[in-house]
Amino acid sequence: MNKTQWIPIVCLRVIAMASTFVATVVMITSHDSAKVLGMTFQAKYNNSPTLRYFVVVSIIATIYSFGALFVPPKKLGRHVLVLDLIVMSFLISSFSAAVGIGQLGKEGNSHAGWIPICGQVPKFCHHVTASLIAGFVAVIIYFLLVLYNLNNVLSLVAFKA
Amino acid sequence: MGEEKLTNIISIKRWRVTTIVILLRVLALFATATATIVMALNKETHTFAVATIGNTPVKLAITAKFQHMPANLMFVIANGVATLHSLLMITIMCFVMIAAVCGAATTVAFIGELARHGNAHARWNKVCDNFERYCDQASGAMLASYIGVLFLMLVNVINVFEHGRLMSPSKSPLSA
Repeated sequence: MNKTQWIPIVCLRVIAMASTFVATVVMITSHDSAKVLGMTFQAKYNNSPTLRYFVVVSIIATIYSFGALFVPPKKLGRHVLVLDLIVMSFLISSFSAAVGIGQLGKEGNSHAGWIPICGQVPKFCHHVTASLIAGFVAVIIYFLLVLYNLNNVLSLVAFKA
Repeated sequence: MGEEKLTNIISIKRWRVTTIVILLRVLALFATATATIVMALNKETHTFAVATIGNTPVKLAITAKFQHMPANLMFVIANGVATLHSLLMITIMCFVMIAAVCGAATTVAFIGELARHGNAHARWNKVCDNFERYCDQASGAMLASYIGVLFLMLVNVINVFEHGRLMSPSKSPLSA
């Protein structure tokens, strides 16, 4: 595989690894508390299973991106492509779910009687937003990565003979 | 003579793979269509007895519709688009379709879990204990959507490998 095919993929993987790492760290350090009517109201990422899922998937994506940098491209190119597809699906699903829960926290849902919490814990909300922006960058990069990888694998297989 | 037999075998295999791909696409179409329709027809009315004035209880009827939750709306739209794409057999937006349907299904999964168990930390109450059928119908639609994603992914992976095989018929893509 010549350099023109290999360099953009490595660059994209490094950027994806960095952005998933940033998303994880920013989400884990999000923490805020508020006093409402004498009770302390603590907001952490632990309290929501969606945000926990987002953190776990981001960690998995970081480790996978790091590991996929060291795979020999000719022998295992197809396996990396399939794994890329799977990890991309996970990333997209976790990001989408976290954005859904974030929208719920910001605007609430009057039909279900769920009041928005961003008014009481604004620091937590801003932290989660920043983490989701990093997650969005990771999603876009992974999408481009899968397209690049697909192109490479197909040209590898086609021009083998 | 040997070469002719080889090309015959290859064309039979290609035909079999094409049939399998078409079958998978049809299954994916049915799955996403089911998910769209089941979620779009999700509606339940529940009457609560709120207070009692004298002897007659004051009743309040609350309706739960799918469009009250933006995640459900996104779910219906994503699955509808995937159904249309599968119907027209367009392969262009394959990846985008998988991504959209996967995202929508997971969002509905988490928000459904929130509705079923509530979140004590955010003081968000459960909704499903009053609207059992609504929640069960939404779970059914979500399951259909996940099955559709599985079929779409299988179609994608098979297409990836078979495109490579079609371009160089003498070499099997499974050998290094």
